[in-house]
Amino acid sequence: MLQGCVALAEGAIAAGCRYYFGYPITPQNDIPEYLSGRLPQVGGVFIQAESEIASINMLLGASAAGARAMTSSSGPGISLMQEGLSYMAGSELPGLVVNITRIGPGLGGIASSQGDYWQATRGGGHGDYRLIVLAPNSVQEMYDLTIKAFYLSDKYRNPAMILADAILGQMKEPVRLKKPPVEIPHKPWALTGASGRKAQIIKSLYLGDGEMEEHNWHLYEKYEQLQRRDTLVEIDVDDNADILLISFGSCSRMVQSAVGMARSRGLKVGFVRPITLFPFPHDTIRELSREVGRVLTVEMNTGQMWDDVRLSLHPGCRASLLARPGGGIPSPAQILSKMEKLLKAGDKVAEGIC
Amino acid sequence: MQKVFARPQSMLETTSHFCPGCHHGTVHRLLCEAIDHYGIRENTVGVPGVGCGVFLYDYIDIDVCEAPHGRAPAVATGMKRVAPENFIFTYQGDGDLGAIGFSEVVHTANRGENITVIFVNNSVYGMTGGQMAPTTLLGQRTTTSPRGRDLRNDGYPLRMTEMLAALEGVVFAARVSLHTAAHVKKARKAVMKAFHTQLEGTGFSFIEFISACPTNWNLSSQESVNRIEKEIIPYYKTGIFKEKDGGG
Repeated sequence: MLQGCVALAEGAIAAGCRYYFGYPITPQNDIPEYLSGRLPQVGGVFIQAESEIASINMLLGASAAGARAMTSSSGPGISLMQEGLSYMAGSELPGLVVNITRIGPGLGGIASSQGDYWQATRGGGHGDYRLIVLAPNSVQEMYDLTIKAFYLSDKYRNPAMILADAILGQMKEPVRLKKPPVEIPHKPWALTGASGRKAQIIKSLYLGDGEMEEHNWHLYEKYEQLQRRDTLVEIDVDDNADILLISFGSCSRMVQSAVGMARSRGLKVGFVRPITLFPFPHDTIRELSREVGRVLTVEMNTGQMWDDVRLSLHPGCRASLLARPGGGIPSPAQILSKMEKLLKAGDKVAEGIC
Repeated sequence: MQKVFARPQSMLETTSHFCPGCHHGTVHRLLCEAIDHYGIRENTVGVPGVGCGVFLYDYIDIDVCEAPHGRAPAVATGMKRVAPENFIFTYQGDGDLGAIGFSEVVHTANRGENITVIFVNNSVYGMTGGQMAPTTLLGQRTTTSPRGRDLRNDGYPLRMTEMLAALEGVVFAARVSLHTAAHVKKARKAVMKAFHTQLEGTGFSFIEFISACPTNWNLSSQESVNRIEKEIIPYYKTGIFKEKDGGG
């Protein structure tokens, strides 16, 4: 049995991460507290930085030197890291940023929320870039997806983010610590000193004619490749399902319970869980929404992932949203009752927030 | 015949884009001389901040990583912790280091991070067109202090070297100028000491270079040199402000 934050930290170590830079903020302190003791045991370095701005830039430096490195924070701290994330994406530097979210905006609250979906998936910093965003829904996935995040981040030379919340960070579940062999790819671009090769530069400044456009198309092509090759999604759909539920992260656990309850009552339902929020499983949802015809998105915000769902829907599919934006958790009973109401009303219920 | 002056090996042979009378080129040369002297070109990484200094990679033949504005000491910290055997220096202007990156340089110095910070103080934001910097002198006219820096509105010019020298983690801190040959000679000595400090692994080293920005001062090169002598040096006194045992 491991706590979510500890499983994530162990996942990072299993992935070969030996450098952590971070600044305290609730509810993610279990990660730095654990790693401050654990990293020196495996020859790693832990630095408590003076701010999240310093943390993300220490990560940038460690990454430029060729190491697997990470930071973690929560909403307000992640906001401060947006400048660094933009620079890392522009400079094509990998690295892991973990967001154990708070409720926002502002100082908000420390209960569970999925209100940072837009910030994570829309590139909260300036410019044309994306983050690779993975959203675990169990302690096992806190471990597994952390390893996966390092792998994808190195593969695409782009920063990755784990988007989780206090429920996932604090809860304890059994975890199988599959220790895969650490495969840190060769990084010929890393700045190790110009020994036996020409001097190298890591930069995001391009002032020459057309250079910036070329660079941005190059980044765009990487994001297209991500979309084609590395979209992760969980699908559990009955034959002839009458409604499709879409949810991610901790919230999807409530939805899975509700789906189980619905099936025991004889309802035909489907469940889709985006595991990568970027790249988003647009094609899967488009196809399933064509087959099912009615979609209910459940999330703990005012409908941020709903934007992506609506971009994916097959024309004519009816889309509804069950939203809890203030730290409240939609209970399986609440979700089930919403599902039944929508099915009973048939085509009479208009689209929208319910 | 004896050759008495040549381009340092680690300095790229190229045309300078800097304005006439600017001192960036002199700083580059001093850095290259030290890199050659200690034979460390192949394990040196430079981290320039944002400003005219970012083009370091066009002039010095070493690995270079751009840092976001003000964040070079944090970037250098991450690099040094991964590769303590490498020689890491930052290259920052007065806006980069004294304003937006104040927190990063202070905490990096306070941790005693074993890096070298090169601070080019020309008392204006050069690249953005001559706005007021934290180091702009009282009464100095800039594009954002058109009537001259006003104490009541803008506060005092910041003396970074004195502040950093007070921190325990700082092993070597000096302010040098580049406006006369004699000053350049002293500056060369300070650079050698700062490099030696890092190579010995004893901690944080810092050099502030008083530099000219004739373009944004609206002065000729000669007038700029005169201004450094008459107006700047009296406020920003040169010298070694900190030299701990084992620090060069």
